[in-house]
This record gives sequence, C-alpha cells and structure tokens, in this order.
Amino acid sequence: MPLYIATVNVALRPSVLDPAGEATKSAALRLGIKGINKLRIGKAISIEIQATKEEEARSKLELLTDRLLSNPVIEDWNLQIEEI
Amino acid sequence: MTIGVVIFPGSNCDRDVKWATQGCLGIETKFIWHETNDLTGLDAVILPGGFSYGDYLRCGAIASFSPVLSSLKDFVDKGGKVLGICNGFQILTELGLLPGSLVRNHCLNFICKTVQLEVNSRRTNWLKDYESNENIYLPIAHGEGSFFCHNDTLKKLQDEDCIALRYIENPNGSIYDIAGITNKKGNVLGLMPHPERACDPQLGSIDGQKILNSLFN
Repeated sequence: MPLYIATVNVALRPSVLDPAGEATKSAALRLGIKGINKLRIGKAISIEIQATKEEEARSKLELLTDRLLSNPVIEDWNLQIEEI
Repeated sequence: MTIGVVIFPGSNCDRDVKWATQGCLGIETKFIWHETNDLTGLDAVILPGGFSYGDYLRCGAIASFSPVLSSLKDFVDKGGKVLGICNGFQILTELGLLPGSLVRNHCLNFICKTVQLEVNSRRTNWLKDYESNENIYLPIAHGEGSFFCHNDTLKKLQDEDCIALRYIENPNGSIYDIAGITNKKGNVLGLMPHPERACDPQLGSIDGQKILNSLFN
C-alpha cells in the first residue's frame, strides 16, 4: 500500500491574539532585526500514513485535523501531502 | 447523592475537590478513572483542575477523547450536573459542551493568586445562593485561562444569560472579563477559578462553598 508523508500546519486564527508571537517579535527587535511586521507562532505536525490512494489519505488526515489536531474556534490549518 | 470526580493522567486537583465536597460539605464523593465509561449512580460529575495528558496538543484536547467523557454528553442530556474547574473547563469547551475556548494568558505568565469576581448571573442553580452582583474571592492558577469566543458566540452567551462569573480586574485577557459560563440548560458550569480551594475555613475563605453545595440542590 502506498505510503504518504504529510505536514499539517496549525496556527491561531488572525482574530486571536498570539501573546507568544508578540513576545518573540519583541525579542527579535532586541536582537537588532528590524522590519518584522508580523510574527505568529503555530505548530507543524508530521505524519506518515498508508492509504490506497492520495484522496483516501487526504480524507483521513482532514478528519484527523478537524477533530483532533486543531480547534476551529481558535485555529486555522493547512495540509501538505506527498507520496514517498 | 453521589458526586464523581474524574481522574485523568495529569489531574492534580482531584483530591482537593474530594476534600472540599466530602470532607468539608459532607457530600459522598468517589473518584472515577478516565478509562471507565460507566457514570451510573452519579448525580453530578466534576472535571477537576490539573494538566490532563500533559496539556499536549491543546489543554483538554486529548482528555476530551477519553472513554469516560464519551458517556458525559448523555449524562448532560439527561440532566446530570457537570462542573468543570480550570482544566475541567478547558475540557468542556474541547468537548463542545460549552462554547468558546481557553487560550494562553495575554501576559504569558502562569497566574496563581486569589482574584475578586462578580456573580454576573443567578439564573442557574450554581450561583443562586449568592446575592445578585455579589463580589466573591476565589483562587486562580492557570497559564491558559484567557476565555476566547467570536462576537456572535459572546452575544448568544449574553442573550441567554450564560455568563456566570466575571473578573473584577481581568488577569488574563479574557473576553468580556469572563471567568465562568454555563450552558443554556443550566446544568453545566465551567470556570477557571477554583471553588474547591475556598471551602475549608482554615484556608481563609469559604466563598466557593455555595457553588459546590449547589451540586446537590
């Protein structure tokens, strides 16, 4: 059965304040790096999954992300998937 | 009258709750391991504070898939009372039994102190024994207790009189200073402050007693 590798990126929705991102942006300024307008912290989840075809893998991963990996009240996500 | 206190891996307020409900208030209380799905014989369930499953992924996210909570929605539908304290409140939002979500404190600090709260609604049994707009003092201890919801959800909470407790001085950036909310039916209460830590007179305050007493009223 084909093996797929996927990365799910989960980030706070733009309307939700990201205090960790704000604090990191302030530290970047103290480091002397200017010009950073926005810095938001999210998480990347790496997954290997077996499926008969890419559509099946995508469907399972979308369910997983919607139900467990992200909270739709506060987070957005995107999914990248490729066969290995 | 029997109360069940759920223990997840990482719960750390379960014994405090039992001391408050059984030791101070004399209500029979038993511990419920998270792997059971049998809630028969219980009149109320408390989800205690702590760090269930190490707060991995999001606070309360993994606990919301535990076997014991698969029975909780039925329990609530049948009118059973459920109280979620701190991490228990986070779990109730992840389960969808209460709206919104709890996110990182705006100040980024873990805050552990006693705060002043206003009883915002006496509509439900939980807070009916307090005076209207009464100010009470309860301890908080959380890093991710900032209540967040979208404007339409906030309006619904206001319209349905579901905002139970509000902070007098907002410690964590919660929307509308919200410290605790109920469901519309009124049998579910989630709050970030710890009423169980304000039940024993030796600890300096008994402001939390009326909330826990309402479990059997």
